[in-house]
Amino acid sequence: MKLVIAIVRPEKVNDVLEALYRAEVRGISMSRVQGHGGELDRVETYRGTTVKMGLSEKVRFEVAVSDAFVQPTIDALCAGARTGEVGDGKIFVLELEQAVRIRTGETDEGAVTPLGE
Amino acid sequence: MSAVAAASLPGRVSAGDTAWMLAATALVLLMTPALGLFYAGLVRSKNTLNTFMMSIGAIAVAMVTWALVGYSLAFDQGDGFIGGLGHVFLRGVSFAPRPGMTIPQLVFFAFQATFCIVTVALVSGAVVERMRFGPFLLFAALWSVLVYAVLAHWAFGGGWLQAHGTLDFAGGVPVEMGSGFSALAAAIVVGARKDYGRQALLPHNAIYVLLGAGLLWFGWFGFNGGSGFSTGHSSVLAFTNTLLTPACTLAAWFVLDLLRGRHVTAIGAATAIIVGCVAITPAGGYISPGWAMALGAIAALPSYAIILWRPRTRVDETLDVLAAHGTAGLVGILFVGFIAQRAWNGISNGLLYGNAAQLGHQAIAALAAPAYAFAATFVLLRLIGLVMPLRTTEHEEALGMDVVQHGEEAYATGEGAILVSTEAGIESAVAVAQP
Repeated sequence: MKLVIAIVRPEKVNDVLEALYRAEVRGISMSRVQGHGGELDRVETYRGTTVKMGLSEKVRFEVAVSDAFVQPTIDALCAGARTGEVGDGKIFVLELEQAVRIRTGETDEGAVTPLGE
Repeated sequence: MSAVAAASLPGRVSAGDTAWMLAATALVLLMTPALGLFYAGLVRSKNTLNTFMMSIGAIAVAMVTWALVGYSLAFDQGDGFIGGLGHVFLRGVSFAPRPGMTIPQLVFFAFQATFCIVTVALVSGAVVERMRFGPFLLFAALWSVLVYAVLAHWAFGGGWLQAHGTLDFAGGVPVEMGSGFSALAAAIVVGARKDYGRQALLPHNAIYVLLGAGLLWFGWFGFNGGSGFSTGHSSVLAFTNTLLTPACTLAAWFVLDLLRGRHVTAIGAATAIIVGCVAITPAGGYISPGWAMALGAIAALPSYAIILWRPRTRVDETLDVLAAHGTAGLVGILFVGFIAQRAWNGISNGLLYGNAAQLGHQAIAALAAPAYAFAATFVLLRLIGLVMPLRTTEHEEALGMDVVQHGEEAYATGEGAILVSTEAGIESAVAVAQP
């Protein structure tokens, strides 16, 4: 059981969602974050103030999966988020100690397995 | 008035008419930023500024072209197709009124300029979220002369439609059908957004849309109420009709929304306001208040149908300029042919009041104006497209037009922003979040 965290470009979110859906990964959450991964800085000007935007908008996906789903999830994230340019993002896979489905109290594998499977 | 002053003011200027027209001109100018707000709310947040800037850009470009040549080509005496060059660079445009008018020609020029500006801004609705800003400005400059000024001459400046007997009170031909059918051509030439038809592309701020629509309606009182160029009967009638028609369109739209989806929608309501204002534009000073209310309800139907149908097609006419302006303008123009009433307008009756010929005149305008607007815009954009790319790359489109085209964001947080230079000249600013 792992927690897969992916930081991706906001404009690729729909592609990622589609890829995850096709990989039959159902339980996900996402949040907007700011980040920097070595891409070129964006320069913006507001009246007399010129700023280098050190942080870019990114979207962070969190997917808790059973071991069999780790690789399909990673593949789907890569396929959906990749443009080939610097700034496509990162995927981190973490060991997951415990998971509980609040509604039923199911734990671990049962909690991260979508209903109907 | 002294004899000297009287000699310097040939023709009679009415203080009351001039006062109203000065105010009306400012009201119509307000419509352009209002339209920017309306459009900005309808696009995704990453394209807010670019969408708004297309309307602001229309002011910069169309005001200049109008002063240089547009006004002359529309309103100087010429042939039936286009006006002359007697007023280029504002030659001869000063305090004396035009023949048959009671306001200084300068005011007339300014009033008409605001029409040209808002019409150019209207067309931008077809190409937002993907057209590059530079080519848009070039298009706006050329379109304001080659399409708007020509249509304005046809309908207002003594051109063939007006000479023929077409009644167009405040711009059903040049403004509404001109922008609507040009928008269709522009959407076809520029092409659909890369995500069109694949993803849900939703309005990002419905409050902007409602506020923009409200301000547009407010400005429209100058637009229609000023198109009698006086404080006379036609202006008063058009002013009140501008209140009645959109209100009835709103009511009709509510009913249509309820029949279709069981909800009365806010963005639908904003659209209804525009549709109603557009429908009464050609008819304002020609039809009775009662018929103006009927027109409001009638005009809702075709526009509503096209707004439902258009997104199912491949044509990404993004903000539905054709449905709101082209279609409602066409309905208004034809409605005049049926319902015009000499008892109210002092000029002509429509079919219902025994003058079938008027409907013929209106039908010719309803064919000619869309045909010219569509064809001219199509060719113009194709030609510009030969010289420069009209749209951004897919990658830039994904990033959003605000950052790519303007180097700004509508909703900048400032988090992680590193100061590069300030007005005080501090070059070595503190890095807030250096990677």
